[in-house]
Amino acid sequence: MKRKLRLMVAKPGLDGHDRGARIIARAYRDAGYEVVYTGLHQTPEEIVEAAIQEDVDMIGLSSLAGAHKYLFLRVIELLKEKDADDIVVCGGGIIPDEDIMILKQAGVKEIFTPGTTLDEIVKWVEDNIHPRID
Amino acid sequence: MNELAKKVLAGDVRSVARVIRNIDDGIPSVKDVLIDLYPHTGRAYVIGITGAPGVGKSTLVDQMIAHLRKKNKTVGVLAVDPTSPFSGGAILGDRIRMQRHSLDEGVYIRSMATRGHFGGLTQSTRTAIDVLDAMGKDYILVETVGVGQDEVDIVKNAHTTVIVVIPGMGDDIQAIKAGILEVGDIFVINKSDREGSDKTLGDLKLMIAMDQKKHDEGGWKPEIIKAQAVFDKGIDDLLVEIDNHRDFIIKAKGDIHPRRQPKKVREELIEMIKIQIMTQIMNKLTRTGKFEKAVAMIVKGEIDPYTACEDLFSD
Repeated sequence: MKRKLRLMVAKPGLDGHDRGARIIARAYRDAGYEVVYTGLHQTPEEIVEAAIQEDVDMIGLSSLAGAHKYLFLRVIELLKEKDADDIVVCGGGIIPDEDIMILKQAGVKEIFTPGTTLDEIVKWVEDNIHPRID
Repeated sequence: MNELAKKVLAGDVRSVARVIRNIDDGIPSVKDVLIDLYPHTGRAYVIGITGAPGVGKSTLVDQMIAHLRKKNKTVGVLAVDPTSPFSGGAILGDRIRMQRHSLDEGVYIRSMATRGHFGGLTQSTRTAIDVLDAMGKDYILVETVGVGQDEVDIVKNAHTTVIVVIPGMGDDIQAIKAGILEVGDIFVINKSDREGSDKTLGDLKLMIAMDQKKHDEGGWKPEIIKAQAVFDKGIDDLLVEIDNHRDFIIKAKGDIHPRRQPKKVREELIEMIKIQIMTQIMNKLTRTGKFEKAVAMIVKGEIDPYTACEDLFSD
Protein backbone atom coordinates (compact mmCIF):
# COMPACT_ATOMS: atom_id res chain seq x y z
CA MET A 1 0.00 0.00 0.00
CA LYS A 2 1.45 3.33 -1.04
CA ARG A 3 1.68 5.97 1.65
CA LYS A 4 0.65 9.53 0.99
CA LEU A 5 3.20 12.25 1.68
CA ARG A 6 2.03 14.76 4.29
CA LEU A 7 3.69 18.16 4.42
CA MET A 8 3.24 21.26 6.53
CA VAL A 9 3.66 24.80 5.31
CA ALA A 10 4.12 27.27 8.15
CA LYS A 11 4.72 30.96 8.65
CA PRO A 12 6.71 31.54 11.83
CA GLY A 13 6.97 34.89 13.55
CA LEU A 14 5.48 38.28 12.86
CA ASP A 15 5.95 38.20 9.10
CA GLY A 16 2.55 38.85 7.56
CA HIS A 17 3.20 37.91 3.96
CA ASP A 18 1.85 34.52 3.07
CA ARG A 19 1.19 34.75 -0.63
CA GLY A 20 4.34 32.75 -1.31
CA ALA A 21 3.54 30.16 1.33
CA ARG A 22 0.07 29.70 -0.10
CA ILE A 23 1.41 29.30 -3.62
CA ILE A 24 3.83 26.65 -2.40
CA ALA A 25 0.99 24.87 -0.56
CA ARG A 26 -1.01 24.89 -3.76
CA ALA A 27 1.92 23.50 -5.76
CA TYR A 28 2.30 20.66 -3.26
CA ARG A 29 -1.39 19.89 -3.50
CA ASP A 30 -1.15 19.81 -7.29
CA ALA A 31 1.77 17.41 -6.96
CA GLY A 32 -0.54 15.06 -5.06
CA TYR A 33 0.60 15.71 -1.49
CA GLU A 34 -1.50 16.47 1.54
CA VAL A 35 -0.56 19.87 2.85
CA VAL A 36 -1.42 21.23 6.26
CA TYR A 37 -1.26 25.01 6.31
CA THR A 38 -1.00 26.62 9.73
CA GLY A 39 -1.69 30.23 8.84
CA LEU A 40 0.22 33.33 9.88
CA HIS A 41 2.05 34.38 13.04
CA GLN A 42 2.96 31.00 14.43
CA THR A 43 5.48 30.44 17.18
CA PRO A 44 8.03 27.65 16.62
CA GLU A 45 6.37 25.82 19.53
CA GLU A 46 2.97 25.90 17.82
CA ILE A 47 4.46 24.76 14.53
CA VAL A 48 6.29 21.80 16.02
CA GLU A 49 3.31 20.68 18.07
CA ALA A 50 1.03 20.90 15.02
CA ALA A 51 3.54 18.95 12.92
CA ILE A 52 3.59 16.16 15.49
CA GLN A 53 -0.20 16.04 15.80
CA GLU A 54 -0.52 15.91 12.03
CA ASP A 55 2.28 13.36 11.53
CA VAL A 56 3.82 15.29 8.63
CA ASP A 57 7.01 14.22 6.88
CA MET A 58 8.34 17.72 6.33
CA ILE A 59 7.87 21.25 7.61
CA GLY A 60 8.35 24.01 5.05
CA LEU A 61 9.01 27.33 6.78
CA SER A 62 8.52 30.61 5.00
CA SER A 63 10.22 33.78 6.15
CA LEU A 64 10.40 37.14 4.45
CA ALA A 65 11.02 39.30 7.48
CA GLY A 66 14.60 38.53 8.51
CA ALA A 67 14.04 36.54 11.69
CA HIS A 68 14.77 33.18 10.03
CA LYS A 69 17.96 32.53 11.98
CA TYR A 70 16.13 32.48 15.29
CA LEU A 71 12.85 30.98 14.11
CA PHE A 72 14.13 28.18 11.85
CA LEU A 73 16.77 27.10 14.35
CA ARG A 74 14.26 27.10 17.17
CA VAL A 75 12.03 24.75 15.16
CA ILE A 76 14.99 22.40 14.64
CA GLU A 77 15.82 22.56 18.35
CA LEU A 78 12.25 21.82 19.43
CA LEU A 79 11.96 18.87 17.06
CA LYS A 80 15.08 17.42 18.66
CA GLU A 81 13.71 18.05 22.14
CA LYS A 82 10.48 16.29 21.25
CA ASP A 83 12.36 13.40 19.69
CA ALA A 84 10.72 14.27 16.39
CA ASP A 85 13.75 15.24 14.35
CA ASP A 86 12.88 12.65 11.75
CA ILE A 87 10.59 15.38 10.42
CA VAL A 88 12.61 17.20 7.76
CA VAL A 89 12.75 20.99 7.89
CA CYS A 90 13.26 23.13 4.82
CA GLY A 91 12.75 26.82 4.31
CA GLY A 92 12.21 29.55 1.82
CA GLY A 93 12.09 33.30 1.50
CA ILE A 94 14.44 36.24 1.64
CA ILE A 95 17.47 34.57 3.13
CA PRO A 96 21.01 35.91 2.59
CA ASP A 97 23.67 33.48 1.33
CA GLU A 98 25.75 33.77 4.49
CA ASP A 99 22.76 32.61 6.57
CA ILE A 100 22.00 29.65 4.35
CA MET A 101 25.24 27.96 5.46
CA ILE A 102 24.41 28.51 9.11
CA LEU A 103 20.88 27.18 8.73
CA LYS A 104 21.98 24.13 6.79
CA GLN A 105 24.70 23.32 9.28
CA ALA A 106 22.09 23.44 12.01
CA GLY A 107 19.96 20.90 10.21
CA VAL A 108 17.71 22.75 7.78
CA LYS A 109 17.79 20.40 4.83
CA GLU A 110 17.29 22.92 2.04
CA ILE A 111 16.64 26.63 1.54
CA PHE A 112 14.79 27.99 -1.46
CA THR A 113 15.42 31.60 -2.34
CA PRO A 114 13.57 33.95 -4.73
CA GLY A 115 13.79 32.80 -8.33
CA THR A 116 13.40 29.10 -7.53
CA THR A 117 10.59 27.69 -9.66
CA LEU A 118 7.70 25.71 -8.25
CA ASP A 119 8.75 22.78 -10.42
CA GLU A 120 12.23 22.80 -8.89
CA ILE A 121 10.79 22.82 -5.38
CA VAL A 122 8.32 20.02 -6.09
CA LYS A 123 11.07 17.99 -7.75
CA TRP A 124 13.27 18.45 -4.71
CA VAL A 125 10.50 17.23 -2.42
CA GLU A 126 9.87 14.27 -4.67
CA ASP A 127 13.53 13.29 -4.58
CA ASN A 128 14.28 14.02 -0.94
CA ILE A 129 11.19 13.58 1.19
CA HIS A 130 9.74 10.17 1.82
CA PRO A 131 6.97 9.03 4.13
CA ARG A 132 8.46 8.08 7.49
CA ILE A 133 7.49 4.46 7.84
CA ASP A 134 7.82 2.69 11.16
CA MET B 1 -0.83 -5.76 24.08
CA ASN B 2 0.38 -4.03 20.95
CA GLU B 3 3.10 -1.44 21.74
CA LEU B 4 1.47 1.31 19.70
CA ALA B 5 -1.91 0.65 21.33
CA LYS B 6 -0.30 0.91 24.76
CA LYS B 7 1.11 4.31 23.90
CA VAL B 8 -2.21 5.51 22.50
CA LEU B 9 -3.94 4.53 25.73
CA ALA B 10 -1.28 6.47 27.63
CA GLY B 11 -2.20 9.50 25.53
CA ASP B 12 1.03 9.69 23.54
CA VAL B 13 0.40 12.19 20.74
CA ARG B 14 3.01 10.85 18.31
CA SER B 15 1.56 7.36 18.51
CA VAL B 16 -1.99 8.61 18.06
CA ALA B 17 -0.85 10.58 15.01
CA ARG B 18 0.87 7.52 13.60
CA VAL B 19 -2.08 5.20 14.14
CA ILE B 20 -4.42 7.63 12.41
CA ARG B 21 -1.99 7.85 9.55
CA ASN B 22 -1.89 4.08 9.28
CA ILE B 23 -5.68 4.04 9.17
CA ASP B 24 -5.65 6.70 6.47
CA ASP B 25 -3.02 4.89 4.41
CA GLY B 26 -4.82 1.58 4.80
CA ILE B 27 -1.91 -0.24 6.43
CA PRO B 28 -3.23 -3.74 7.29
CA SER B 29 -1.28 -4.08 10.56
CA VAL B 30 -3.26 -1.20 12.07
CA LYS B 31 -5.97 -3.78 12.75
CA ASP B 32 -3.94 -5.20 15.65
CA VAL B 33 -3.81 -1.78 17.28
CA LEU B 34 -7.53 -1.22 16.78
CA ILE B 35 -8.42 -4.57 18.32
CA ASP B 36 -6.50 -3.60 21.47
CA LEU B 37 -8.06 -0.14 21.55
CA TYR B 38 -11.61 -1.34 21.04
CA PRO B 39 -12.41 -2.16 24.70
CA HIS B 40 -11.44 1.41 25.56
CA THR B 41 -13.88 3.08 23.16
CA GLY B 42 -17.44 4.27 23.57
CA ARG B 43 -16.79 6.85 26.25
CA ALA B 44 -16.30 10.04 24.23
CA TYR B 45 -19.13 12.22 23.08
CA VAL B 46 -18.91 12.79 19.33
CA ILE B 47 -20.22 15.98 17.73
CA GLY B 48 -20.38 16.35 13.94
CA ILE B 49 -20.20 19.86 12.50
CA THR B 50 -21.08 20.32 8.87
CA GLY B 51 -22.20 23.00 6.44
CA ALA B 52 -21.28 24.69 3.17
CA PRO B 53 -17.78 26.13 2.64
CA GLY B 54 -17.27 29.52 4.28
CA VAL B 55 -20.08 29.38 6.82
CA GLY B 56 -17.60 29.44 9.69
CA LYS B 57 -17.38 25.81 10.78
CA SER B 58 -13.72 25.95 11.80
CA THR B 59 -14.22 29.17 13.75
CA LEU B 60 -17.20 27.62 15.50
CA VAL B 61 -15.16 24.53 16.34
CA ASP B 62 -12.36 26.76 17.64
CA GLN B 63 -14.78 28.47 20.04
CA MET B 64 -16.35 25.20 21.07
CA ILE B 65 -12.89 23.90 21.99
CA ALA B 66 -12.29 27.01 24.12
CA HIS B 67 -15.62 26.62 25.94
CA LEU B 68 -15.17 22.89 26.55
CA ARG B 69 -11.68 23.48 27.86
CA LYS B 70 -13.03 26.02 30.33
CA LYS B 71 -15.15 23.20 31.71
CA ASN B 72 -12.00 21.07 31.96
CA LYS B 73 -13.12 18.71 29.21
CA THR B 74 -10.51 17.31 26.86
CA VAL B 75 -11.16 17.64 23.14
CA GLY B 76 -10.15 15.80 19.98
CA VAL B 77 -10.82 17.32 16.59
CA LEU B 78 -10.96 15.63 13.19
CA ALA B 79 -11.09 18.26 10.47
CA VAL B 80 -11.90 16.71 7.10
CA ASP B 81 -11.13 18.63 3.91
CA PRO B 82 -11.67 17.53 0.33
CA THR B 83 -8.98 15.84 -1.74
CA SER B 84 -8.44 17.30 -5.20
CA PRO B 85 -9.96 14.87 -7.68
CA PHE B 86 -7.30 15.86 -10.20
CA SER B 87 -4.03 15.55 -8.33
CA GLY B 88 -5.02 13.46 -5.32
CA GLY B 89 -3.48 16.14 -3.11
CA ALA B 90 -5.24 18.32 -0.57
CA ILE B 91 -4.79 21.57 1.26
CA LEU B 92 -5.83 21.06 4.85
CA GLY B 93 -6.51 24.51 6.23
CA ASP B 94 -9.09 24.06 8.98
CA ARG B 95 -6.32 24.16 11.53
CA ILE B 96 -5.61 27.81 10.82
CA ARG B 97 -8.65 28.85 12.88
CA MET B 98 -7.78 26.51 15.73
CA GLN B 99 -4.04 26.95 16.05
CA ARG B 100 -4.33 28.84 19.35
CA HIS B 101 -5.12 25.47 20.95
CA SER B 102 -2.12 23.66 19.53
CA LEU B 103 -0.03 23.98 22.70
CA ASP B 104 -2.88 22.87 24.94
CA GLU B 105 -2.22 19.29 25.96
CA GLY B 106 -5.93 18.71 26.46
CA VAL B 107 -6.57 19.25 22.76
CA TYR B 108 -5.59 17.08 19.81
CA ILE B 109 -6.33 18.36 16.32
CA ARG B 110 -5.95 16.23 13.24
CA SER B 111 -6.64 17.19 9.63
CA MET B 112 -7.79 14.46 7.25
CA ALA B 113 -8.33 14.51 3.52
CA THR B 114 -11.32 12.79 1.95
CA ARG B 115 -9.00 10.84 -0.41
CA GLY B 116 -10.49 8.56 -3.01
CA HIS B 117 -10.72 5.23 -1.28
CA PHE B 118 -13.77 3.24 -2.15
CA GLY B 119 -16.33 4.25 0.40
CA GLY B 120 -13.70 3.94 3.05
CA LEU B 121 -13.90 7.52 4.23
CA THR B 122 -16.75 6.92 6.64
CA GLN B 123 -14.93 3.90 7.94
CA SER B 124 -11.59 5.66 8.38
CA THR B 125 -13.23 8.60 10.13
CA ARG B 126 -15.08 6.26 12.46
CA THR B 127 -11.86 4.43 13.23
CA ALA B 128 -10.01 7.69 13.84
CA ILE B 129 -12.79 8.69 16.24
CA ASP B 130 -12.19 5.41 18.07
CA VAL B 131 -8.50 6.23 18.43
CA LEU B 132 -9.21 9.67 19.93
CA ASP B 133 -11.83 8.08 22.14
CA ALA B 134 -9.34 5.47 23.37
CA MET B 135 -6.70 8.13 24.03
CA GLY B 136 -9.18 9.54 26.51
CA LYS B 137 -10.72 12.60 24.90
CA ASP B 138 -14.04 13.59 26.47
CA TYR B 139 -15.40 15.27 23.36
CA ILE B 140 -14.58 14.61 19.72
CA LEU B 141 -15.53 17.22 17.14
CA VAL B 142 -15.68 16.07 13.53
CA GLU B 143 -15.79 18.87 11.01
CA THR B 144 -16.69 18.23 7.36
CA VAL B 145 -17.83 20.23 4.37
CA GLY B 146 -21.45 19.28 3.99
CA VAL B 147 -21.80 18.82 0.29
CA GLY B 148 -21.87 15.16 -0.59
CA GLN B 149 -23.14 11.82 0.58
CA ASP B 150 -19.74 10.97 1.99
CA GLU B 151 -19.88 13.92 4.32
CA VAL B 152 -23.40 13.11 5.40
CA ASP B 153 -22.21 9.59 6.15
CA ILE B 154 -19.34 10.91 8.22
CA VAL B 155 -21.63 12.84 10.52
CA LYS B 156 -23.68 9.68 11.03
CA ASN B 157 -20.80 8.68 13.30
CA ALA B 158 -21.71 11.56 15.59
CA HIS B 159 -24.01 11.51 18.59
CA THR B 160 -25.06 15.06 17.86
CA THR B 161 -24.90 16.63 14.42
CA VAL B 162 -24.67 20.40 14.14
CA ILE B 163 -25.48 21.98 10.79
CA VAL B 164 -24.10 25.44 10.23
CA VAL B 165 -25.76 27.89 7.84
CA ILE B 166 -25.47 31.62 7.27
CA PRO B 167 -28.12 34.22 6.37
CA GLY B 168 -28.73 35.10 2.78
CA MET B 169 -27.96 31.73 1.30
CA GLY B 170 -31.49 30.81 0.34
CA ASP B 171 -30.35 28.33 -2.22
CA ASP B 172 -28.10 26.80 0.32
CA ILE B 173 -31.04 25.91 2.49
CA GLN B 174 -32.74 24.41 -0.53
CA ALA B 175 -29.75 22.14 -0.91
CA ILE B 176 -29.85 21.21 2.74
CA LYS B 177 -33.52 20.42 2.47
CA ALA B 178 -32.77 17.72 -0.05
CA GLY B 179 -29.70 16.33 1.64
CA ILE B 180 -28.62 16.90 5.16
CA LEU B 181 -31.64 18.34 6.91
CA GLU B 182 -32.59 14.94 8.19
CA VAL B 183 -29.29 14.45 9.94
CA GLY B 184 -29.28 17.84 11.72
CA ASP B 185 -29.95 17.74 15.46
CA ILE B 186 -29.05 21.36 15.98
CA PHE B 187 -28.93 24.18 13.44
CA VAL B 188 -26.61 27.12 13.92
CA ILE B 189 -27.23 30.32 12.00
CA ASN B 190 -23.73 31.73 12.08
CA LYS B 191 -22.83 35.32 11.16
CA SER B 192 -26.32 36.10 12.44
CA ASP B 193 -25.63 39.84 12.49
CA ARG B 194 -25.91 39.72 8.73
CA GLU B 195 -29.00 40.77 6.88
CA GLY B 196 -31.58 38.06 6.42
CA SER B 197 -30.93 36.09 9.57
CA ASP B 198 -34.59 36.24 10.64
CA LYS B 199 -35.62 35.01 7.23
CA THR B 200 -33.22 32.08 7.55
CA LEU B 201 -34.57 31.41 11.04
CA GLY B 202 -38.10 31.37 9.64
CA ASP B 203 -37.12 29.01 6.83
CA LEU B 204 -35.49 26.57 9.21
CA LYS B 205 -38.40 26.70 11.66
CA LEU B 206 -40.77 25.91 8.85
CA MET B 207 -38.69 22.97 7.72
CA ILE B 208 -38.49 21.58 11.21
CA ALA B 209 -42.23 22.09 11.73
CA MET B 210 -42.87 19.81 8.75
CA ASP B 211 -41.61 16.96 10.90
CA GLN B 212 -44.14 17.78 13.62
CA LYS B 213 -45.55 14.27 13.57
CA LYS B 214 -42.14 12.80 14.34
CA HIS B 215 -41.68 15.20 17.24
CA ASP B 216 -45.13 14.40 18.62
CA GLU B 217 -44.20 10.75 18.63
CA GLY B 218 -41.28 11.46 20.91
CA GLY B 219 -38.57 12.17 18.35
CA TRP B 220 -35.96 14.85 18.88
CA LYS B 221 -37.03 18.29 17.72
CA PRO B 222 -34.02 20.13 16.31
CA GLU B 223 -33.12 23.44 17.90
CA ILE B 224 -31.98 26.55 16.06
CA ILE B 225 -29.30 28.81 17.49
CA LYS B 226 -28.15 32.19 16.28
CA ALA B 227 -24.43 32.66 16.63
CA GLN B 228 -21.50 34.86 15.72
CA ALA B 229 -18.65 32.47 16.22
CA VAL B 230 -15.98 35.05 15.52
CA PHE B 231 -17.28 37.20 18.43
CA ASP B 232 -17.84 34.17 20.64
CA LYS B 233 -21.60 34.70 20.64
CA GLY B 234 -24.05 31.83 20.82
CA ILE B 235 -21.49 29.18 21.75
CA ASP B 236 -22.82 28.75 25.29
CA ASP B 237 -26.32 28.25 23.91
CA LEU B 238 -24.98 25.70 21.46
CA LEU B 239 -23.25 23.69 24.17
CA VAL B 240 -26.39 23.74 26.31
CA GLU B 241 -28.39 22.37 23.38
CA ILE B 242 -25.77 19.70 22.77
CA ASP B 243 -26.12 18.67 26.42
CA ASN B 244 -29.91 18.58 26.03
CA HIS B 245 -29.58 16.37 23.00
CA ARG B 246 -27.18 14.11 24.83
CA ASP B 247 -29.66 13.75 27.71
CA PHE B 248 -32.34 12.98 25.16
CA ILE B 249 -30.26 10.22 23.56
CA ILE B 250 -29.39 8.67 26.89
CA LYS B 251 -33.05 8.68 27.88
CA ALA B 252 -34.17 7.22 24.57
CA LYS B 253 -31.40 4.68 24.04
CA GLY B 254 -30.02 4.24 27.50
CA ASP B 255 -26.43 4.53 26.33
CA ILE B 256 -24.26 6.70 24.11
CA HIS B 257 -22.04 3.85 22.98
CA PRO B 258 -22.70 3.48 19.22
CA ARG B 259 -21.84 -0.23 19.38
CA ARG B 260 -24.77 -0.85 21.68
CA GLN B 261 -27.15 0.02 18.85
CA PRO B 262 -27.83 -2.76 16.33
CA LYS B 263 -28.54 -0.25 13.54
CA LYS B 264 -25.13 1.41 13.84
CA VAL B 265 -23.33 -1.88 14.29
CA ARG B 266 -25.07 -3.26 11.20
CA GLU B 267 -24.01 -0.22 9.12
CA GLU B 268 -20.46 -0.45 10.34
CA LEU B 269 -20.15 -4.17 9.67
CA ILE B 270 -21.58 -3.82 6.17
CA GLU B 271 -19.11 -1.05 5.48
CA MET B 272 -16.22 -3.18 6.68
CA ILE B 273 -17.34 -6.20 4.67
CA LYS B 274 -17.64 -4.01 1.57
CA ILE B 275 -14.10 -2.72 1.98
CA GLN B 276 -12.75 -6.19 2.68
CA ILE B 277 -14.39 -7.75 -0.37
CA MET B 278 -13.43 -4.81 -2.55
CA THR B 279 -9.80 -4.88 -1.43
CA GLN B 280 -9.43 -8.62 -1.88
CA ILE B 281 -11.05 -8.70 -5.29
CA MET B 282 -9.27 -5.61 -6.56
CA ASN B 283 -5.92 -6.89 -5.31
CA LYS B 284 -6.43 -10.12 -7.18
CA LEU B 285 -7.67 -8.46 -10.36
CA THR B 286 -4.83 -5.95 -10.46
CA ARG B 287 -2.23 -8.60 -9.64
CA THR B 288 -3.36 -10.85 -12.48
CA GLY B 289 -3.68 -7.86 -14.82
CA LYS B 290 -7.25 -8.83 -15.64
CA PHE B 291 -8.63 -5.50 -14.52
CA GLU B 292 -6.50 -3.43 -16.90
CA LYS B 293 -7.13 -5.94 -19.68
CA ALA B 294 -10.85 -5.45 -19.25
CA VAL B 295 -10.40 -1.64 -19.25
CA ALA B 296 -8.44 -1.84 -22.49
CA MET B 297 -11.06 -4.04 -24.12
CA ILE B 298 -13.89 -1.70 -23.16
CA VAL B 299 -11.94 1.30 -24.45
CA LYS B 300 -11.34 -0.44 -27.77
CA GLY B 301 -15.00 -1.29 -28.03
CA GLU B 302 -14.38 -5.02 -28.01
CA ILE B 303 -16.63 -5.64 -25.04
CA ASP B 304 -19.30 -3.80 -23.04
CA PRO B 305 -18.69 -2.98 -19.35
CA TYR B 306 -21.58 -5.18 -18.18
CA THR B 307 -20.20 -8.34 -19.76
CA ALA B 308 -16.67 -7.38 -18.71
CA CYS B 309 -17.81 -7.07 -15.09
CA GLU B 310 -19.57 -10.44 -15.28
CA ASP B 311 -16.44 -12.01 -16.71
CA LEU B 312 -14.25 -10.56 -13.98
CA PHE B 313 -16.56 -11.96 -11.35
CA SER B 314 -16.93 -15.36 -12.93
CA ASP B 315 -13.34 -16.05 -11.92
